[in-house]
Amino acid sequence: MADAAPAPADLAADLLPPRFREWFAGRGWSPRAHQLEMVARARAGRDALLIAPTGGGKTLAGFLPSLIELSERPPANTPRGLHTIYISPLKALAVDVERNLNAPIAEMGLPIVAESRTGDTGVSRRQRQRVKPPDILLTTPEQLALLCAWEGARLYFEDLRCVILDEIHTLHASKRGDLLALDLARLQQLAPSMRRVGLSATVDDPEVIKAWMGRHGHGTPPPALRATSPAIAGEERGTSSSPVAKTTGEVAAQPTEGAAAIDLVRGPPGAEPVVDVLLSEGVVPWAGHTAQHAMAEVYEAIRKARIALVFVNTRFQAEFAFQELWRLNEDGLPIALHHGSLAAEQRRKVEAAMAKGQLRAVVCTSTLDLGIDWGDVDLVIQLASPKGASRMVQRIGRANHRLDEPSRALFVPANRFEMLECQAAREAIAENKLDGDPPRVGALDVLAQHVMGCAVSEPFDMLALYDEVRSAGPYRDLIWEDFEQVVDFVSTGGYALKTYDRFRRIVRLSDGHWKVRDLNVAQRHRLNVGAIVSPAMLAVRIASRRGQPGRKLGEIEEGMLEMLDPGDTFIFGGQTWALVGITNMDVLVRPAVDKDPKMPSWGSSKFALSTYLAKRVRQLMFDEAHWRVLPDDVREWLELQKDRSLIVAEDEMLLETFPKGSRNFLVCYPFEGRLAHTTLAMLLTRRLERLDVGPLGFVCNDYAMAIWSLEPMDGLDFDELFAEDMLGDDLESWLQESFMMKRAFKGCAIISGLIEKRFPGQEQKTGRQITFSTDLIYDVLRRHQPDHLLLRCARADAATGLIDVARLGEMLTRIKGRIRHSALDHLSPFSVPILLEIGKETSPGGARERILAEAEADLIAEASR
Amino acid sequence: MNRTAKMLPPRGSCPEGTEGGSAQNAAAAPPSVGCADTSPRGGGSPPAFAIGPCGGLEVAVRGTPVMLRTSGALWIEAARTLVVADLHLEKGSAYASRGQMLPPYDTRETLGRLEAEAAALSPDAVVLLGDTFHDRKSEDRLAQDDAARLAALAQGRRLVWVVGNHDADGPRALPGETVDEIAVMGLTLRHEPQPGPQPGEVAGHLHPAARVRAPRGTVRRRCFVTDAERLILPAFGAYAGGLNVLDPAFAGLFVRPPLAGALAANRVRAIGWRQLAGD
Repeated sequence: MADAAPAPADLAADLLPPRFREWFAGRGWSPRAHQLEMVARARAGRDALLIAPTGGGKTLAGFLPSLIELSERPPANTPRGLHTIYISPLKALAVDVERNLNAPIAEMGLPIVAESRTGDTGVSRRQRQRVKPPDILLTTPEQLALLCAWEGARLYFEDLRCVILDEIHTLHASKRGDLLALDLARLQQLAPSMRRVGLSATVDDPEVIKAWMGRHGHGTPPPALRATSPAIAGEERGTSSSPVAKTTGEVAAQPTEGAAAIDLVRGPPGAEPVVDVLLSEGVVPWAGHTAQHAMAEVYEAIRKARIALVFVNTRFQAEFAFQELWRLNEDGLPIALHHGSLAAEQRRKVEAAMAKGQLRAVVCTSTLDLGIDWGDVDLVIQLASPKGASRMVQRIGRANHRLDEPSRALFVPANRFEMLECQAAREAIAENKLDGDPPRVGALDVLAQHVMGCAVSEPFDMLALYDEVRSAGPYRDLIWEDFEQVVDFVSTGGYALKTYDRFRRIVRLSDGHWKVRDLNVAQRHRLNVGAIVSPAMLAVRIASRRGQPGRKLGEIEEGMLEMLDPGDTFIFGGQTWALVGITNMDVLVRPAVDKDPKMPSWGSSKFALSTYLAKRVRQLMFDEAHWRVLPDDVREWLELQKDRSLIVAEDEMLLETFPKGSRNFLVCYPFEGRLAHTTLAMLLTRRLERLDVGPLGFVCNDYAMAIWSLEPMDGLDFDELFAEDMLGDDLESWLQESFMMKRAFKGCAIISGLIEKRFPGQEQKTGRQITFSTDLIYDVLRRHQPDHLLLRCARADAATGLIDVARLGEMLTRIKGRIRHSALDHLSPFSVPILLEIGKETSPGGARERILAEAEADLIAEASR
Repeated sequence: MNRTAKMLPPRGSCPEGTEGGSAQNAAAAPPSVGCADTSPRGGGSPPAFAIGPCGGLEVAVRGTPVMLRTSGALWIEAARTLVVADLHLEKGSAYASRGQMLPPYDTRETLGRLEAEAAALSPDAVVLLGDTFHDRKSEDRLAQDDAARLAALAQGRRLVWVVGNHDADGPRALPGETVDEIAVMGLTLRHEPQPGPQPGEVAGHLHPAARVRAPRGTVRRRCFVTDAERLILPAFGAYAGGLNVLDPAFAGLFVRPPLAGALAANRVRAIGWRQLAGD
């Protein structure tokens, strides 16, 4: 944070106490303009969102006002409450910031206690923090939810003056963000003078974040609306008028509302990043995701850099790239591996070695997307598809945390479509055009958890809580009926069959307030707080000679083992292991030597190609003059496609039909991401069955979708086939039975508190575990109460996440009347990559690769004929 | 209880007219009994089976032919007896009373399935093989119409409550006879399988479930398990979970590698021991 854009000295003199000015001067620094601006906003009592690139002194800017306020406090005789809460999306980041913050506190000799509190914090420290709070508490959204569900929360937070939300752009558009927004509303209620401060890296649309973190006020809803509440006992209506008036009065006291009330402060833009795309002239593969062809070039880039971060999209790619780089590593460069499946201890080791400058490169997944500051990283390599421009800016920001020097990044496309995607992403970043997140509507399962948390903390008035909840951005449009349903759900499960009234989890007191039934229910709620639901994980352990579980290597998701049998060898944590067996929650392995181990597919990427980037790829494809940025082989491929089939306009969708072997193919290129394409393919298959075309199978990737059938499909009415009404009954009937609904339901059931995190299966039968799956609950509920709140939640989750119906719907609207059909005698150059995915296994190398290579050669020959 | 009605062939009415009919088409080996005491992992041919009507699976236990139904119920045609195990009625409300509001529809769901079986087969006797109620207070929590449906099951036939560990006292107000175990056609029907060789034992309690692994994914289903000497029924209740049959709780119960009859969509699928996977 050295010399860029120092602020005028007189402004600093005005805003900074002498001790602070001396400290800056002593370090040879001048306070930055945005740091002083944050102090000025705080003086004015304003909420603020600071947007600054990494390395811009952002964290200090967030804390500076609190440090000044605390240093100017007169001594007190009585113990004081919390002054500032800092919320980080990562535990490790909270601990790191604690360290970074305590340095200036110590150097200036400030009488301030700043402490972190995460799930890893020891019991004694946590207990002490509860009795004697620090001045500044650094913690996570989950811990905050827990603190809010304390019985003494009101007292604990009454002195709170400021809440700082770090890396806010990674938090807001998720269920975690929903929960955090609700807790913000709660804190505001407990501490009306609390200021809200957001810190964010570059974002496309600050308004979305401002709306999320802002305080939203509401007039009293029409009395008529409130008078009609069938589910919740009726007599409370009479008693509710005073709390309403009180609450709305408090909210209305805010001068402005929502996004408008947040001041936007921007840090210096920093040097433009330098992004290159690896062209790999002449060898860009037609398909695949490993970028194996480019590994020598990647290794060379690492060799030339000081420290490189190599980002990949999946754990499989991480393991694969790590193997490949070490195969080439003749210089013995210290190259490490970091992904979410590795044991925490091992990850910490890599991070520590990185911090000490002992490594030259780390191959990593999104686990290193944000967090701890490593100043010496000077190159970020993105292996395979970037998926979105914003994510790339975030990753590129991990290089060179000095503002005056540009970050350097290298994009490495793994196939030809990815070459287009990488070029589009590079240009988007150069133009500073990022993909925006659509505004999010708060999830009702998260609201249910929050309502329970409120009842656990202290009795609540339903109408007052309704207003409080609506002051949170994601819930600002929550209707009364939904809120009422949520409260009924929290109390009795929200069933049409009213048999659980005597088992209420929250009960109404004689004054109309709602309160948790007993300590037991309260305790169980506290054990299950949070909005992150992780899949069942098994521990990977080295087997002892007797086959007993030994040292833990890491964790993997249950489903990833399904392709492995005992005796099979596979790669985990950069080494080869043989599977010995699975016992309870342990995967037992022993070291193995095998030149051709399996690579379990560690899940495909969680990130879909962003809508914005997809649009840019379509633009690039349509604009022939633009093709010159591409390497020769890719350009020739596009020209061949134009020659043999069609290149369509940006707002059109290309659809090709052709026979191949004894089958007939339909291939289309919507560029909407694999999830949306898979949903589309499921629905089209149903329609094609009804048309007696005899569909046999389909395959999808991020760019295209292929269906093959017995009968030719050339003569179909494609506008009819892709009509938007497929999202009606067809979708509904498919969805009901789909495992994705069941998976979504399980998540909602856990978050809402219907079942407990550790609940499924925890029934003992002769000392053994019985699996009582949430699928049983889903099946029964679906048959007997299909409109239940949680089924609504599950449907909404599946629609936005797992099956991406929202995006599919937009796509169907976009291409209406704009499908360009190209009827061909044989396959097209564009169709080769997707056809190569048919029946493709994830195992690189070995027999399967040879088969694939031959198949690829045949396909390419056919397409070029 | 020693009816000697028609012995074979076992044919129930099958409303949907699903597959089945030609008996003895799936496995050639005749039901072999009185085998030496070998471990399940040891040799020995699997128990014989045949595809029966309504997608059911026909096997013999200690020489008595029985039908494993897709619902998870057992049909002893020779005695016109329907057997269901582990209904766990009112499990939902048991959880609700502890603060977990599971949907309160499990009892009506389970009774609906049982009524469908009774309507399809018109049994002379219905045997509830224990753990019919989830806990001792379940009967008190039973909704009135659900209680009436249970009582109606006893009309014109015997309703036998074999007691289990969850409901050791049997019903208080509902009709039917309460027994510890009952003999039917040379079979002994009891809740919990007894250790050691028990030729002819038909039991529940363990909630068997089979997991089958294939390259494209795995499937886990409730199942019957039998080695032709004894038979364990799957749990019939809507909220009853399953215990993998490879769990040690099943060890020592079988004299030869048993057969799992997994409840598939319209069929009870015969799964060999070697095809099964642990959880």
